[in-house]
Amino acid sequence: MAGLSLKGIVKEYGAVRVIHGVDLEIADGEFCVFVGPSGCGKSTLLRMIAGLEDITGGDLLIGGDRVNDQRASERGLAMVFQTYALYPHMSVRANLAFGLENIRMPRAEIDARVAEAARMLQLEPYLDRKPKALSGGQRQRVAIGRAVVREPKVFLFDEPLSNLDAELRVTMRGEIAALHRRIGNTMIYVTHDQVEAMTMADRIVVLRDGRIEQQGAPIELYNRPANKFVAGFIGSPRMNFIACEVVEADGQGARLRDPSGRELVAHVDGRGLNPGNKVDLGVRPEHLHPVAEGEPGIAATVENVEQLGGESYLYCRGPDGVEVTVHMSGQTALGRGAPVVLGVQPDLCHVFRQDGVAQPRLRLGEAVG
Amino acid sequence: MFGWLIGRRGRHGFDLTDWMAFGFLGLGVFLMLGPVLWLVLSSFKTEAALQEYPPKFLPLAPIERMVEGFDQPLQMFTVTAGEHAGRELAQVRRIGLNAQMVDPANPSERLNVAISDREPLREFGIATENYTDVFSRFNFMLYFWNSTFITVVATILTVLFNSMAAFALAKYKFTGRNAVFVLIIATLMIPPTITLVPLFLVISEMGMVNSHWGVIWPAIATPTGVFLLRQYMLTIPDDLLDAARMDNASEWKVYWKIVLPLSAPALAVLVIFSVMWRWNEFLWPLIVLNRSEVFTLQLALNSFQGELQTSWSNLLAMTVLTLLPITIVFAFLQKYITQGIAQSGVK
Repeated sequence: MAGLSLKGIVKEYGAVRVIHGVDLEIADGEFCVFVGPSGCGKSTLLRMIAGLEDITGGDLLIGGDRVNDQRASERGLAMVFQTYALYPHMSVRANLAFGLENIRMPRAEIDARVAEAARMLQLEPYLDRKPKALSGGQRQRVAIGRAVVREPKVFLFDEPLSNLDAELRVTMRGEIAALHRRIGNTMIYVTHDQVEAMTMADRIVVLRDGRIEQQGAPIELYNRPANKFVAGFIGSPRMNFIACEVVEADGQGARLRDPSGRELVAHVDGRGLNPGNKVDLGVRPEHLHPVAEGEPGIAATVENVEQLGGESYLYCRGPDGVEVTVHMSGQTALGRGAPVVLGVQPDLCHVFRQDGVAQPRLRLGEAVG
Repeated sequence: MFGWLIGRRGRHGFDLTDWMAFGFLGLGVFLMLGPVLWLVLSSFKTEAALQEYPPKFLPLAPIERMVEGFDQPLQMFTVTAGEHAGRELAQVRRIGLNAQMVDPANPSERLNVAISDREPLREFGIATENYTDVFSRFNFMLYFWNSTFITVVATILTVLFNSMAAFALAKYKFTGRNAVFVLIIATLMIPPTITLVPLFLVISEMGMVNSHWGVIWPAIATPTGVFLLRQYMLTIPDDLLDAARMDNASEWKVYWKIVLPLSAPALAVLVIFSVMWRWNEFLWPLIVLNRSEVFTLQLALNSFQGELQTSWSNLLAMTVLTLLPITIVFAFLQKYITQGIAQSGVK
């Protein structure tokens, strides 16, 4: 087991720079999730940690040792691939044992470790099958088992659940989280699915275009996104953004005017904002709810309603034609085409400057208790 | 079980396409199998039957019988017309349009029969001595061993070297990779006869003339093999190799334990090709091997064809024996040919 430390990690393919100096500390035993849209460099970063891609610049330290020049096999890491990458010509048992045979471990110990991993991952009935005779979830468990038997310092997961169906994904998510609780190794997990990130991570690292946008505990990223990109990426459905104009702002809050002329108050540190500045008001769908006409809120028209019984989604057209999504618990009587005023609590508002940076929130409405 | 053989398109009886399909395929079978069948049947004919004109399809040998008072066996005839019609006589000699014949039961009396009045007696006879002769009079097993040694060793080395080259060209990124690949493919366009003389000089300088290695070494690097295997290996996912590397596998192990087993269908194709090439190769062994004890089967067959006379019956028997191993190899591996070729082209 060991912590990881990335110092100014850079990756270039020829003249193209894809990772722009990433600095990151991952503590021993931490479950760290790299999340970001496709092409943000999260998989490349993981493969650089694994030793499957060269590091163009910067230092990578595992357990305090610089490993830039070590080969993948020498770094003591194990990786679970998106495609599982099970050896198709070997039985499950041989798949699990392959890595141990390569380090010339005594046969008895290999058998013991394989048996232990098979028991833990409930693979015992399948040990003599070939991978093609397994279901997706079983293959995934074999891939994880192959990593587990090696007792690595760090586990690396490269979008391991993206080939599974939705139901299995939820199950496997739980199994990986349980595995982490049980063996307590450092784990780095790459995904583009923010639900996986939110549910499993001790810490989320949001990447975009080869740069870290923000890192922190999942709930911290949800509550205090540092910029508009993170705000839009973390949380589902994504945050609504409404272009507004600053009426007045100070250290205690900001008063904004939306395109339809209604005024709203946001409890954010408004220092640095001047009347007349263009800003984006960000409100999460779950923080909007229909209120009576005349109360402060955003005027909108309902365009579509999804009733799921226990919860409902309203898809509305807000001022200036912007789309506004509302997530409410329970059921609603609102129908298509109905005009609605969507109430906004001042302490649940996010305000983003034109360059995307968030104004610090003063109170966290969610953090009750 | 034989539904595939008589399957047809027309629901009630044969329609036009059925006639055309069966006709076309029948012609194909005749063209392909006819000569082989002719060869096999001829290899069972006696020398006398082979010399006969017009040739007969089945091995029907003229009957010969020992007759008292003659050292050589005499050919038997049945007389169809004239004075001795209906009798079976042995021919002593031919004189012009008449033949001098004897009755085997009464060898002292000579009979004259017009040659148009007699018909040779035949019997269905399989001349197995053609085959036994090959083993007793000629050193067939030596040539067989020479050919087998060259074929097996050259095939193993071909598969090994070509797959290593293909692995590097398919799975490693290095500058000049495409240039190297194009160079290898480009050699396909050079006819082997062009390199014959320089190659011989090299082999001769290395002292490999009249050695099996002189046949083996120049043959093992084949552009076809590299191309075939590379195209197949491109379809092996890189993730598998990366997974093996994470599993502490050295690059050699990645090649030996992962890439080679997964390339099995393409390797089988190359094995078949290589066996056929080496087994049937004639020109290069003819140049390198001059002493009969190192001859391959093909060279031995060639040397049977003497300047003045040729023992056709033995030659044909040996040809059949030469064809057998390759037919067997092909029969066992042929399903991989279509598989391997189909898969190496498209992913």
